[in-house]
Amino acid sequence: MSFIVIAGAGRVGSAVARSMLAAGHEVSVLDEDPLSHERLDAGQPTTWEDVGGRFTIGQAIEAEALIEAGIEQADVFIASTHGDNTNLTVAQIAQKMFNVPSVLVRVSDPARAEWYAAQGLRTICPTRYAIEMFEDALSEVGG
Amino acid sequence: MYAIIVGGGKVGLNLARELLDKGHEVTLIEQRRDRYLAMEDELEHVAQYGDGTELWVLERAGVQRADLVVAVTGDDEDNILICQISREKYLVDRFIARVNNPRNRQYFDLLGIKPAVSATDLILRLIEHEVPQYGLVHLLDLPGERLEIIEIEVSSGSAATGRAVRDLHLPEGSIVISVLREGTGFVPKADTVIAAGDEVLVCLDPGLEEEVTNLFAVA
Repeated sequence: MSFIVIAGAGRVGSAVARSMLAAGHEVSVLDEDPLSHERLDAGQPTTWEDVGGRFTIGQAIEAEALIEAGIEQADVFIASTHGDNTNLTVAQIAQKMFNVPSVLVRVSDPARAEWYAAQGLRTICPTRYAIEMFEDALSEVGG
Repeated sequence: MYAIIVGGGKVGLNLARELLDKGHEVTLIEQRRDRYLAMEDELEHVAQYGDGTELWVLERAGVQRADLVVAVTGDDEDNILICQISREKYLVDRFIARVNNPRNRQYFDLLGIKPAVSATDLILRLIEHEVPQYGLVHLLDLPGERLEIIEIEVSSGSAATGRAVRDLHLPEGSIVISVLREGTGFVPKADTVIAAGDEVLVCLDPGLEEEVTNLFAVA
């Protein structure tokens, strides 16, 4: 079992949070918007906390908020806010300031995702996947 | 010199004007369309429209041949990224970053983005300088060069009051370089007697600050 801290619980972050919790990991979510907490609960029979999840309100860039969310004990840190530059900065903070062993970072811009991946960050680029899926779908329909 | 300025707010725009006045080549990148259009009216081809954290926008501005990149957007993460990418991908030698929130300064330090300039910090220093009850003012702090100069107001009852400079027993690695008394500064001699109300400027190795302060101020 790993302890996973997720900064940014939009559609992607909250879905990953729920599936990781269901898979038996300890999961702590950090988001500046209380609405993200509702997203974690939506459509679930029990609340996020009832099933063992943690939630902290705060900005991913604030060291105090990261500490409150448990980053000092984290095995895995996921930066999945809506801002590429916030994610890339916070991911490096997680690596260099808090020495988190595994850091995953969501980057929408393929160019930045590729360059930072070459610098040693584990970047995940949803845009890249969308482009590939469109290309595959188009080749199937003869585009 | 060719300077790229990212962020066309008050700081970026005025900086561009000043550098152009001094005869430098400047590109000013702004991502807000309305701001860019206003800039373009005045600065014409100097203004470029786009997100300065995108690689192609920086490349279009000619970042590879820039002598200086100045990141002065209103977003600290953007400023960090702009400097990091300029330095590590495009090998720009010199850059200056703006720190919007002083709490984020630790991240600029962590990632080696310097100099990082914070208007809040600068104004705070001026306040410390103008408001004497703070007691101690950092005048210069160059950790890389191991040099620090502080200004301390001598309080009555402190160990230094009434003593000659030679008898101060300052820690090794520190020296009094100037005394300000009744509005006039002078370089002290070994027999200069320190009085309460003096302001002393001390040059010291980093780490000696507390020991030195305790001599001149009463805790």
